[in-house]
Amino acid sequence: MISLTDVSKTYPGGVTALASVSLEIRHGELVAIVGPSGSGKSTMLNTIGTLDRPTSGTVRIDGHDVSTLSDNQLSALRGTRIGFVFQHFHLAARVAALDNVADGLLYSGLPLAERRRRARAALDRVGLGHRIDHEPHELSGGERQRVAIARAVAGDPPLLLADEPTGALDSVSGAGVMELLHDLHAAGTTIVIITHDREIAGGLPRQVRMRDGRIVADSAALTGATR
Amino acid sequence: MTAPLTVARMRPRDVMRVGAVGLRTRPLRAFLSALGIAIGIAAMIGVVGISSSSGAELDRQLSALGTNLLTVSSGQTIMGEQAKMPVDAEAMIERIGPVQAVSAMGEIPEAKVYRSEQIPAAQTGGLAAYAARLDLPQVLGATLRSGTWLNAATHTYPAVVLGATAAQRLGITAAGPDAQVVIGGERFTVVGILHPLALAADLDTGALVGWPAAERILDYDGHPTTLYTRVDENRMEAVRSVLAGTANPEASNEIDISRPSDALAAKQATEQAFTGLLLGVGAVALIVGGVGVANTMVISVLERRSEIGLRRSLGATRGQIRTQFLAESLLLSAMGGVGGVCIGAVVTVGYATYEGWPSVIPAEATAGGLAATLVIGAVAGLYPAIRASRLSPTEALAAP
Ligand SMILES: Nc1ncnc2c1ncn2[C@@H]1O[C@H](COP(=O)(O)OP(=O)(O)O)[C@@H](O)[C@H]1O
Ligand SMILES: [Mg+2]
Repeated sequence: MISLTDVSKTYPGGVTALASVSLEIRHGELVAIVGPSGSGKSTMLNTIGTLDRPTSGTVRIDGHDVSTLSDNQLSALRGTRIGFVFQHFHLAARVAALDNVADGLLYSGLPLAERRRRARAALDRVGLGHRIDHEPHELSGGERQRVAIARAVAGDPPLLLADEPTGALDSVSGAGVMELLHDLHAAGTTIVIITHDREIAGGLPRQVRMRDGRIVADSAALTGATR
Repeated sequence: MTAPLTVARMRPRDVMRVGAVGLRTRPLRAFLSALGIAIGIAAMIGVVGISSSSGAELDRQLSALGTNLLTVSSGQTIMGEQAKMPVDAEAMIERIGPVQAVSAMGEIPEAKVYRSEQIPAAQTGGLAAYAARLDLPQVLGATLRSGTWLNAATHTYPAVVLGATAAQRLGITAAGPDAQVVIGGERFTVVGILHPLALAADLDTGALVGWPAAERILDYDGHPTTLYTRVDENRMEAVRSVLAGTANPEASNEIDISRPSDALAAKQATEQAFTGLLLGVGAVALIVGGVGVANTMVISVLERRSEIGLRRSLGATRGQIRTQFLAESLLLSAMGGVGGVCIGAVVTVGYATYEGWPSVIPAEATAGGLAATLVIGAVAGLYPAIRASRLSPTEALAAP
């Protein structure tokens, strides 16, 4: 599903956020990425999500070599194969949950009625079927993140990338969100989660630890279970 | 398993919806920047509309009044004194073949016009007394606002018909036995009040009395000062060239000939020039409005970077981001344009109605105004939209 080979990323100004990282993630995995702040976790996730191109190295997502794709094709890749969940939700203010989720399908070419139908189904899936008319400011933090997850999965992407999805939540809401992500994983979605929370990371099947732009530990590599 | 990666086209409805997002979330700002455009368009539509309405009014007047009126008036002698037209000038001109009708009036300079005997002699209010022939209204196409014109009986008595402006200045609203004015020290009863005369504006400030009455009561010398002639439309030039000599064979240089419809058209032409100037002012207002829209769009893009990043993560292409902000800009200025056309139309209709003109809002002006707003919207939105589309998704997402 994801294959990084010798991927480096140097930002203008000389900061090397990723230094020759190689990583394989197979279909249906649930992976935690951990590491201190500034270690390059977000940079790696953005590279996997094709939001950013690496300075060097090869990124393959769902069989596509990212470097060979045009910007439009990358957009299509993101729109059809990848769902994103952010720490700060990125919900549109004063827009009902249903339309926030339906907006996730805006670039899919589906008509509005179908986008709304799927949005309703996605909200049901995250347990917010009773909140479809609520605007973000009428929802709790945990509920907002679940709306954001519904938006990310409304188009049934095979890959879900979450950058500190529980970072802005209290532990109870965070546990609820993690439970939801576990359910999605159980239903077959490949999920990569950046987290600071050791407990959360420990509860996931595989942990990748980063420091200074390098992968310093990978539980899959240690056990040799996946390769 | 790797299906081809193709971008789905957005439906026009979805483009509109996403373009309206910024307008819905910031309605006051949208309203104000649309207002800038609206003011510019309204100014231009108003200027064009009012000038077209006044042009339509002129055409209406000219077709009602005819363009075949020639006036023959006594000018000045070579010594610079007021010349006197021969008393028989009217009869002489009537004999010219293509002249269809002639009428005359004569100014009575000594006879001042007052509301009553109590008014100090200096306050004439710019009014003048004239002796008028009975057929004057037919030749001029004059109509009465109140009362009746002089007739065979009243033209020998102290009866007067007031011009529209004269009646207003004298404070007389209706003709009748109680309405009296003082002319040359004598009381005259107001028997009629005229509508304004486009082709003989002198008479608007005049008090018109019958020819015999003028001679009998006001010591009028009987010399006409202006003759009004209706002439065969096809022979205007020929007649014009002989009029002066016919009116005063001894001193044709003391006679001035004019065609009042020309003067009206000339006045219209100067107003057109002024219209051009006002149109320029409207265009400047429109450009300022366009700058306002551009400003709004630049701010909108800056504020919504994280939304742009999110949309890119959801699969929006650069082109779709560009389209979104262009659509927003076009919607903004189109709203302003439609609002401006409406305001301009209301102003035009209101002003024309107030002036008693037919209301004319040229379709070209409306279409041109709307086209101009779309061009402005596109130009104002293009740069911000391109900037939005060039944002890197990660930097956009990192924006607060
Ligand atoms: N857009 C950027 N421009 C320059 N430096 C950046 C940029 N984004 C991240 N960095 C730097 O790259 C390094 C890795 O950042 P990041 O991937 O966000 O780390 P993490 O998510 O693990 O906290 C940091 O040193 C950070 O300052
Ligand atoms: Mg980070």
